[in-house]
Amino acid sequence: MQLDSRIPEGPIDKAWDNHRFNLKLVNPANKRKYSVIVVGTGLAGAAAAASLAELGYHVKNFCISDSPRRAHSIAAQGGINAAKNYPNDGDSIYRLFYDTVKGGDYRAREANVYRLAQVSNNIIDQCVAQGVPFAREYSGLLANRSFGGAQVSRTFYARGQTGQQLLLGAYSALMRQVQLGNVSMYPRMEMLDLVVVDGHARGIVTRDMVSGRIESHAAHAVCLATGGYSNVFFLSTNAMPCNVTAAFRAYKRGALFANPCYTQIHPTCIPVAGEHQSKLTLMSESLRNDGRVWVPKEHGDKRHPTDIPEGERDYYLERRYPSFGNLVPRDVASRAAKAVCDEGRGVGATGLAVYLDFADAIKRDGRAAIEARYGNLFHMYHKITGEDPYSVPMRIFPAPHYTMGGLWVDYNLMSTVPGLFVLGEANFSDHGANRLGASALMQGLADGYFVIPYTIGGYLSQIKGGPVDTSAPEFKASEQFVNERLNKLLSIKGKQTVDGIHKKLGRIMWDNCGMSRQADGLKKAIEEIPKLREEFWNDVSVIGTQGEFNQVLERAGRVADFLEFGEMMCRDALAREESCGGHFREEHQTPENEAKRDDEKFTHVAAWEYKGDDEVPTRHTESLEFNYVKLTQRSYK
Amino acid sequence: MSKLNLTLRVWRQNGANGEGKFVDYEMKDVDTHASFLEMLDVLNDELESKGEAPIAFDHDCREGICGACSLFINGRPHGPENGTTACQLHMRSFQDGETIVIEPWRAKPFPIIRDLVVDRSAFDRIIAAGGYISVKTGSAPDANAIPVAKEKADKAMDAAACIGCGACVAACKNASAMLFVSAKVSQFALLPQGKVESNKRVLDMVEAMDREGFGNCTNTGACEAECPKEISLENIARLNREWVKANFSVG
Repeated sequence: MQLDSRIPEGPIDKAWDNHRFNLKLVNPANKRKYSVIVVGTGLAGAAAAASLAELGYHVKNFCISDSPRRAHSIAAQGGINAAKNYPNDGDSIYRLFYDTVKGGDYRAREANVYRLAQVSNNIIDQCVAQGVPFAREYSGLLANRSFGGAQVSRTFYARGQTGQQLLLGAYSALMRQVQLGNVSMYPRMEMLDLVVVDGHARGIVTRDMVSGRIESHAAHAVCLATGGYSNVFFLSTNAMPCNVTAAFRAYKRGALFANPCYTQIHPTCIPVAGEHQSKLTLMSESLRNDGRVWVPKEHGDKRHPTDIPEGERDYYLERRYPSFGNLVPRDVASRAAKAVCDEGRGVGATGLAVYLDFADAIKRDGRAAIEARYGNLFHMYHKITGEDPYSVPMRIFPAPHYTMGGLWVDYNLMSTVPGLFVLGEANFSDHGANRLGASALMQGLADGYFVIPYTIGGYLSQIKGGPVDTSAPEFKASEQFVNERLNKLLSIKGKQTVDGIHKKLGRIMWDNCGMSRQADGLKKAIEEIPKLREEFWNDVSVIGTQGEFNQVLERAGRVADFLEFGEMMCRDALAREESCGGHFREEHQTPENEAKRDDEKFTHVAAWEYKGDDEVPTRHTESLEFNYVKLTQRSYK
Repeated sequence: MSKLNLTLRVWRQNGANGEGKFVDYEMKDVDTHASFLEMLDVLNDELESKGEAPIAFDHDCREGICGACSLFINGRPHGPENGTTACQLHMRSFQDGETIVIEPWRAKPFPIIRDLVVDRSAFDRIIAAGGYISVKTGSAPDANAIPVAKEKADKAMDAAACIGCGACVAACKNASAMLFVSAKVSQFALLPQGKVESNKRVLDMVEAMDREGFGNCTNTGACEAECPKEISLENIARLNREWVKANFSVG
């Protein structure tokens, strides 16, 4: 299969303008003849649904939560990047583009990233006009801060709740269109299949999570904005309902899945407290600006941290990376924490944590200054752990947080199934092998507000408008497939709980396809996962019936998909015989234990094609060309 | 690490029209480091293992920001800790041997779906009635074209911190949604961007609130006391001023 990325010709700074001009338009009077399904109401989904409805398309918007406002974009803390250069410190569209390509360890598409940097400025304008209360200076103008190791201050923020405020902005724009009758909103509705008719995406099959009713919905195009798949690890910073099901159903209907092994493990999360742990909580990485990371020098040193004298502590980041110290990028910090814990020098009850110590910063700047900077984070830490970080060091450990991989899309955000578009974290396009801080919010809103409204027109202008219905036999077939699968889940009546099996999968994934990977472990996982899948389909217990509000059944369907998807992740990690960004293969490292890319063999996107339930998927590649950014080895020494 | 033995008295109701009742569950060795929802996960896992229907409850981010939590714990929305959602409440806030009563939000505009899950779509309809600034994508001026005084922006942010959980309604003896509505009205009334539509917004949102069947505000202040985001009653005062002003202006 030839993957055509449809990157426009010409210089990169003119590509998007030229492309927008060349895209065919749907004239204003004809837009009402087209309907679009948008699945998901996070930043990408809500922004797309609202913007498409404003243009005149009829939009059907689906979400699995009780209200579109609950989507997990809401939990993003730190901020959103834009190349406004308000601080006059040398930022530009080109610099934001450059930093993002480099941060992604040269595994992203240059043209997509350039467009992202271009529209970043429009996003800030849009959000301010919507009433998003960004932080401001006393002048009344917008405040910026630096973030994630960037050398310029380009991050806009709303306290520690930037994601919440941006999402509520998009949600309010969406609800306005609901009121105007341009968007039909379907909360508590889960997409369980994509319907492809004559090779084009023409609708979806959903389950009403209150009544259990299975329904078909038809449209001229389908947009998936269904987020990432970190919950394949069971424990992650994602919300509990986050899942891969919508994307995976699309994969099984012909959409290729790109770079599934690219996952981001965030270094500053609150560690696991016990068996009951259901999810992990992230704390903004801004904490590393003042906190010092350390573990005891001695193995198994169980003394209270304040009883361990300075000379018996190992500030391992400062030791290994003297110039960046505690501020090394996320992937580097996470792997270093794992390394000291693997050596048996981890702290806390489980030994799976390192200290993040503010004692020196408090001594230097005073408690009030630290409180002003991090008060809300310290408060949250205290609430969750019951420990006061002003007097004892925080304990932190890395946790799965974001997935750079996703459904493969071209420059128009269209997947390999014509008419199926994929936005936000659900696609693979802009972050390469590692995402920089404050870039996820930017990409979600860029896709939703400023990319899809143009590119979808290019597709719709080439197909016939007018009424759509669900009479095609493919809809009936999909409904039957969905019903049979649900009935099968309910009929197993085994002994293990859904969460119990999900935890087992999470363990396999974390041990073998987590922060660092190696061929033997990945091969072992590829053998173990099908066995666990069999265990699931023979021994899982799914209580209740189909025709009722049934949270166990919802989870069971999602875990069933993770049990297949996890295997594909491992295959992707095994095939990528290099280390890049969040993908670290132990066989491929420099003598100093840093990630070693293989640009000759792996400067490409890997996209997996479904071949059948018992078949190994086929790996296709899209080669990446770097005409503007020079490939170098990242170094943070 | 200490452990608790607890009795949970949980409202169980099979579907919107089912007859509800309290059911008692004995919990042994509850880890004090577990969150309240994780404690319920453990119970649900046990129920599932025994072939019994687990307790349905809404939850999503488990970080205190999405507003999905809606548990009425020992007579208080989100339980005993101030400024805390149920998902951020930890078992160390409870005593060994305690009986914990768990109910759903009780308010007519929030009908029960199952057990502890209620339908809060009334809040979405109130927002749809006017909780926005009518700016189309692409038509915004430069973000710094209109300065906003820092004090105003900060106050707008205080109001915008509302997570739409409905604790204010559940806490109120009148099941009033005034704190929720006032937070959104205030956020926009404080910002120059929101001024243009402020009259229409407040009238439409208050009308929608009444239409949904929420009660009136009698200044009891339970909403502010129980709000997990500590949204101030000041916003209700601002809503009243805005509403009076709008009535005179629209005339």
